[in-house]
Amino acid sequence: MSSFRAFVIKEFKQIYRDKRTLVVLFGMPMIMMILFGYAIRNEVENAQVVVLDASQDEVTRQLISKIDASNYFSVEGSIQRYDEIETLFQQGSVDEVLIFEADFARKLKRGGQPAVNVITDASNPNLAQLIQQYSSSIIIDFQQQWSANGGTGPGGISTHANMLFNPQLESVNLFVPGLIAVILMLISSLMTSISITREKEMGNMEILLVSPLRPMQIIIGKVLPYLVLSFVNVLTILALAQWAFGVPFQGSYGLFLLESVLFIFMALALGVLISTKAEDQQTAMMVSLAGLLLPTVLLSGFIFPISSMPMVLQWISNLIPARWFLVIVRSIMLKDSGLLFIWKETLILLAMTLGFIALSIRSFKVRLE
Amino acid sequence: MNEELAIQANDLTRKFGDFAAVDQISFEVSQGEIFGFLGANGAGKTTAIRMLIGLLAPTSGKASVAGFDVYTQAEAIKRKIGYMSQKFSLYTDLTVWENIRLYGGIYGLSEDNIKAKAEELLSSLQLESVRDKRIGSLPLGWKQKLAFSVAMLHEPDIVFLDEPTGGVDPITRRQFWEQIYQAAEEGTTVFVTTHYMDEAEYCDRVSIMVDGKIEALDTPAGLRQAYQADDIEDVFIELARGADRAE
Amino acid sequence: MNPISVQNLNKSYGGVEALADISVEVEPNELFGFIGPDGAGKTSLFRILTTLLKPDSGEASVLGLDVVDDYRTIRTKLGYMPGQFALYEDLSVRENMDFFASVFGTTLEANYDLVAPIYSQLERFEDRLAGALSGGMKQKLALSCALIHKPELLVLDEPTTGVDAVSRQEFWQMLQQLKSQGITIIASTPYMDEAEQCDRVALIDNGHILNIDTPEQVARNFDQPLLAIKASSIYELIKKLRSYEWADSVQPFGEYVHYTDKREEPDISKLELYLTEQCGLSEVEIKSIEPDIEDSFMNLMQKEVT
Repeated sequence: MSSFRAFVIKEFKQIYRDKRTLVVLFGMPMIMMILFGYAIRNEVENAQVVVLDASQDEVTRQLISKIDASNYFSVEGSIQRYDEIETLFQQGSVDEVLIFEADFARKLKRGGQPAVNVITDASNPNLAQLIQQYSSSIIIDFQQQWSANGGTGPGGISTHANMLFNPQLESVNLFVPGLIAVILMLISSLMTSISITREKEMGNMEILLVSPLRPMQIIIGKVLPYLVLSFVNVLTILALAQWAFGVPFQGSYGLFLLESVLFIFMALALGVLISTKAEDQQTAMMVSLAGLLLPTVLLSGFIFPISSMPMVLQWISNLIPARWFLVIVRSIMLKDSGLLFIWKETLILLAMTLGFIALSIRSFKVRLE
Repeated sequence: MNEELAIQANDLTRKFGDFAAVDQISFEVSQGEIFGFLGANGAGKTTAIRMLIGLLAPTSGKASVAGFDVYTQAEAIKRKIGYMSQKFSLYTDLTVWENIRLYGGIYGLSEDNIKAKAEELLSSLQLESVRDKRIGSLPLGWKQKLAFSVAMLHEPDIVFLDEPTGGVDPITRRQFWEQIYQAAEEGTTVFVTTHYMDEAEYCDRVSIMVDGKIEALDTPAGLRQAYQADDIEDVFIELARGADRAE
Repeated sequence: MNPISVQNLNKSYGGVEALADISVEVEPNELFGFIGPDGAGKTSLFRILTTLLKPDSGEASVLGLDVVDDYRTIRTKLGYMPGQFALYEDLSVRENMDFFASVFGTTLEANYDLVAPIYSQLERFEDRLAGALSGGMKQKLALSCALIHKPELLVLDEPTTGVDAVSRQEFWQMLQQLKSQGITIIASTPYMDEAEQCDRVALIDNGHILNIDTPEQVARNFDQPLLAIKASSIYELIKKLRSYEWADSVQPFGEYVHYTDKREEPDISKLELYLTEQCGLSEVEIKSIEPDIEDSFMNLMQKEVT
C-alpha cells in the first residue's frame, strides 16, 4: 500500500509542477464560463424586426413604434404576405416577424383578444428565446399602459410565439450543463490519457511494470488526482454560474454532485481506455480531442439541439455519454427532478461507465505488447 | 580571411546568461581536412556547432565558415554546408527517392541534376533496390550512409556530422568512414563529432573540448604522444575527468 | 541454477524476425555483456527477460522462474534500467530515489550501503530536477534507482549509449563494484570496446547470437593472420588494398587498415612491394597484430551473411 501511496504523491507533485497545464486546468472553466456567459447576455441588441400589419390602425402603429423605440429592436420594414416570411428568415436578414391580425384596435376596444404572432428564427435558439421574451414583455407593458389610459374592456392582447426551424427549442438550456460535460471530458479523459501515455513514451512504464506495483494500482494512481481536479472544477463552475451569472439551480445539490462523479468516472475510464491503445501522447491527444471532445460539444445537444439533427446523427448521439449527462443535469438544475425522473439516463450512464472500466481493464497490458 | 581555411574561429564565445557554454575557442580547419570535434556531455560541442552552421549568434569573438562571417552571412554559410545528425537526418515516412528529391529541391538543384545525382548516389551505395521503400523500413546503417550522401548532394564545401555513427554496426561504421574519406579526398571539409573514441583516430586532427574550452588540438598521433597515452580514449579521459560542468 | 537460462528463444514483430533461436546461459555473479549494433535484438531479448514481452517460442527463465508464468514474482526481484533512463524529469534527484524506493517497499536509508558508492556522487545535487542533470549524472541516478531494492539480478539495456567516454568508464567501474557484492549483471551495448569490461559476452547481430565467450577468447576466435597497414593516405591505401589480388577483408581501423589475406600466410614483403612500387604509396608500414573483439565481430558478421 505504501508503494501505491508513493505513486499517488508522485502524481500530485508532477501535476503541481507542471504550472502551465495547471493554469489551463483551472483557468479554462472560468474563461469558458465568461465567454459563454457574456456571449449569451449581449446578443439581443437592435434585433431586426419586420411587421405584417393586417390591421394598420392606431393601436398597432403605437405598438410598433414602441417596439422600435426600445434598444433591443429596430423595425426594418413591413411586408404584406405570409409567404414572404420564410424567405426573409432564410436570407438571414431578419430576427423577428410580428404579425398583427386584422381589426386589431377594434377587437381590443370591444374587449376581445386580438392576436400578435411573434415569429423568430430558432436556428439560434438562445437568441430566439430572448427575442420572444423581450417582445412579449414590451407587448404586455404596452397593454398595461393602454388599459391604464382607460381604453379597454376585459380583453387583452394575446401573444402567440412561434419559432421557425427549431420549434421545440431543445438547446435553450443554459450552457452550464454542457460546459460541465466538456470540461470534465477534457480534464478526465484527455489529461488522464496524456499522463499515462507520457509514462510509456519516457520509458517509465517499463520500470513501473517491472515493479511490485500492480497494473490496477498504476491505473488508480493515475486516475485519482484527476478525479479530485475534476470535482474541484465542477464546484468552480457551479459557483461561478450561480454567483457570477445568476443561473438558477432548482434541484438537489447532492444528487447533482453524485451524477457529476458518475460522469467523471465514465470520463476517466475512457481516458484509461484511450491510453491502453495509444502509444504516445500525441495520439492520445488526437483521439481524445477528435473522438471525445468534439462529439461532446457537437452531438450531445450542448450547442445544437438533437431534435434538429439528421436521423443518423440523432442515433449516434445516443452513444455520446454527455448527451445523457446533459439531460440529467438540466433536469436537476432547471426542473428540480429527483432520481425518479432521471433514473433511466443515470442507468445508461452507469452502464457506460462500467462498460468502459471493464474494457480498459481488459485492454491494460501487463506487458509491453 | 584566409582562402585556404574552411573554418576559422577566433575567441568564439557564447554565453547563456552568465554561463559561457562556449568560452573563447580558437581553431582553424583546412579545406579537405577531417576534423574530429570531441568533448564530454555538456562541454559545449552542440553550442559551438550551432554557431558555426549559422543557427546561433555568438556572444563575442570571430568566426568564418567557408569564407563567410557567422554574424552577418549566416544564410550564405547555410548554402555552402551540409549537415547530418544522428537524431534527425531523413524523413522516415518518405521513400529513399522522395528524400533525395526533397533535399535536392531544398538546395535548389535542377530537376535533371537531382535525377542524375540520385542515380549516381543510389548505385554507389547499392541502394537501387530500395529506392521506393520508406526510410523507416531500412536498417539503421543504410539510413546513416544515405543521410550522409544526401547531406553531400549539393556538393557543400563543409559537411558537419553530429554523432553520425551512433549504434551502427562495425562494418557499416567503416563503410561510413570510407564515405567520409572519399568526400575529404574530393576536397570537402568534414567536421565530425563522435562518442566512439576509436573513431577519433580516423580524423586528420582532433580537438577535445572541456568545460567550454578547447583543451587539446592535434593529430591523433600528436595527442597520443603529448599525453603519453595508448589511444585517444585515454587522452580524452585524462582531459575530461577534470571537468566540473554537469551540463 | 543459473540466474538466466534461455533456450531457443524466438520473437518476431509483424514478420520481422527480432530474435532467432537464441540460447544463452548467464552464471551466478557474472557480469555478462550483450554486444551488438542497434536493431540486433538486444532490447527485445532484455524485454523478454524482464517479462515485458512474451516470446513467440522457446524457454526463458530468470532466477529460476519462468518469464511467462512467473512474471509477477520475477518483477519483484529484478533491477531494470531501460534504454531511455526513464527518470521523472520533473522530480528532483531525491524525489526520484524516494519514489522508486517506496514503489519497491523500501527506503533509501535502508539500502544506503548498496547505492552509496554511486549515489554519493549525486548527493550534492539532491534538490536538482532530474531533467537538469547531465547524461552521465542521469545514468548514475537511473542505476541507483534500479538498485534501491537490492535486486538479485540487474538488467541494464544500453546504459552507456549517448554518454561520454569518461562517464562510460566510471559506469563500468561501478558495475564491477556491484558485481563484487554478489549481484549478477547483464548489460547490452553497441560499443565493442566495452566487451573487455565483461566476464563473458554474447555477440549479437540481426537477431542471431554470433558467439558467446570471454572477451579474450572471442578475439582469439578470429582464425586468420591479421595485418595492420598504414600509409600516408588511408583512403588510397584502402582502395589499393581492395584491388590487391589476395585481399580478403580490408577494414579501416583508426590510422591503420586491418587486412586479411586469402592465403594461409600473407606474403608481407610482396604486399609491401605492391603498395610502394606498384601503387606508389608512401610511408607504408605493415605489421602483424593480434585481432581484437571488433575484428572478430566483423568476421563473424560476414560469415553470418554468407
